[in-house]
Amino acid sequence: MVSDGSKLGFYLLLAPILLWLAVLIILPHIGLFVVSISERVGPREYEYGIGNYVTFFEEPLYWRTFARTAIMSIAATALTLILGFPIAYYIAKLTRGRTKTTLFLMCMIPFWVSELVRTFGWMILLRETGVISNALQYLGLVDGPVEMLYNDAAIMVGLVYTSILFMVVPLVTTLDSLDDSLIEAGYDLGGTGAAILREIVIPHAMPGIVSGCIVVFMLSLGNYLTPILLGGKDSLWFTGMIYTQFITRFNWELGSALGFLLLLLSSAVVFLGLKLSRQSLAETMGRA
Amino acid sequence: MKTKLLSSVVMIAALGAQSAQAETLHLLTWGGYAPEEVIAMFEEETGHTVEVTTSNNEEMIAKLRATNGGGFDLAQPSQDRITSAQEEFGIYKPIDMSMVNADLFIPSMLEATAGNTTYEGEVYGLPHIWGTSGLVINTAEAEGVTDYTDLCNEEVAGKVSYRLKRPTLIGFAYAMGLDPFAAYGDEAAYQEILDQVEAKLTECKPNVKTYWDGGDEIQNLLRSGEVVASMAWDTGGWQLNADNPDITFVAPDSGALGWIDTFVLPARGRADAAAYDWINFVMRPDIAAMITNSAGNFTASVGGDEGVSADLKARYQASFDQAAIDNIKWYPPVPAGLEALEGATLDRVNAAN
Repeated sequence: MVSDGSKLGFYLLLAPILLWLAVLIILPHIGLFVVSISERVGPREYEYGIGNYVTFFEEPLYWRTFARTAIMSIAATALTLILGFPIAYYIAKLTRGRTKTTLFLMCMIPFWVSELVRTFGWMILLRETGVISNALQYLGLVDGPVEMLYNDAAIMVGLVYTSILFMVVPLVTTLDSLDDSLIEAGYDLGGTGAAILREIVIPHAMPGIVSGCIVVFMLSLGNYLTPILLGGKDSLWFTGMIYTQFITRFNWELGSALGFLLLLLSSAVVFLGLKLSRQSLAETMGRA
Repeated sequence: MKTKLLSSVVMIAALGAQSAQAETLHLLTWGGYAPEEVIAMFEEETGHTVEVTTSNNEEMIAKLRATNGGGFDLAQPSQDRITSAQEEFGIYKPIDMSMVNADLFIPSMLEATAGNTTYEGEVYGLPHIWGTSGLVINTAEAEGVTDYTDLCNEEVAGKVSYRLKRPTLIGFAYAMGLDPFAAYGDEAAYQEILDQVEAKLTECKPNVKTYWDGGDEIQNLLRSGEVVASMAWDTGGWQLNADNPDITFVAPDSGALGWIDTFVLPARGRADAAAYDWINFVMRPDIAAMITNSAGNFTASVGGDEGVSADLKARYQASFDQAAIDNIKWYPPVPAGLEALEGATLDRVNAAN
């Protein structure tokens, strides 16, 4: 009787997450896959085939954009880590109490407005008639207006800015759990700053680094707004390509195939990253 | 038992009557086509409520395709994009002309739109608002730009913007002396035209500052002076002209490209009565003038131009003399499948270095 009751309770508690997974994740992906293996042969006539996937590999534009997106996302992730680590270390180890909370909060404040507004903010700063260009002219450092928008560097700035919080939070959590006495012991034993960072801090923070990197990489790879708004005429991004196929070309079949390939690519990169850093997904997510 | 049945029948009938009188109209349209004050007047007069979603041609079709023509009761795509979408996805239902007050429409436009939106013997579209795309130029700095291909000139290098969409392909083709509309029916001939345009657009790419996407984006670029010559809609040019007299819309030598936005009924729309009420309401000359003043483009309403502000009329006349009006190239219906060819061309231009 009791066990029946608790079983029921268990399933009731499990129901929301199962529903979530089935209805919002598994079913749409099955639908997406079915659409991606349909080919249009005439108006309202479709047949099954792998033509859309073949198109992807035959048309250099698609896989080049694909590779470009992946490489730029990895670069954005690395940059975010390099910028985020000192911030996280400072917050976790060198501040206490109120200062710590304040600094943490300051990292979060930009995320109180939507991504669109933040991106427009960058556009106002970077454009030819924008704040930075005008400031440089006023200071006499440049002669004419400078265009800093519509290139890959602008995309990079936008991506790093958008995702840095997702790097800082897991890093602060893992660094917080590192006992200060371990660092002190390192110094007592004559270790240099660099050696302590390499031998003590980074190994301890590894789960945080990896989980931060996974999140940032996924966010960058799947970002649509930032590359479209800040990028220029040559700055293609894979999500923009999927949007074009779905909306302006009415080609849902190819769009679905591209979407599926994006899913596979991101999973492959994450898998590779875990292997290279010798972390397991379970451990990373559990500890961070 | 009998009285109970009777009362429930009465109740259902009453509910039915009520919903026939006051419905919610889900309108899928362009920005500016349904101004607040027009909606308020319509709601007051008919008791219907209106919910507006603003969009563009491609998104309208994509949205309706996703629901097989449901979720909206009235949509406003351009007339050249209706038959192909109907053939491909079956997202519209035919217009019931007995519900429409045809006297409100300019007869020639009503007829032309009916001809262009007929699919399997049924008419799917009514004309609403027409306008053109051409060149929006800062005349003080880019005087030499009089046709689409002039956007590739040396003196405007780095200060040019256009969209990477089908109107750009068509406009450039005309400026290069080709006739893309005549080749609509012949895929091989059309592909040949596209190849020539692709070469031109690729060559022109270093001149382009950025490809614009939304109307606000190009207005911003022109207003700030970062762009001095662009291919854009006439209304955008006239709006900028109000702030800066140097900037205006110029009908290109090879002809502005004319479009007509229509009324169509989505296949699974549920408030047809309200949709027809809306059509008959906004085509009244006084209301049509209000919409022209808001959207900046003229309507297919008889007498609808009388109440239009003098400023807008003056700008329109400055951009279009009679010869320019006669030279407008009106979009014929796009055959299904042609957009795939255009898409591949646009992708290649986008990827070219």
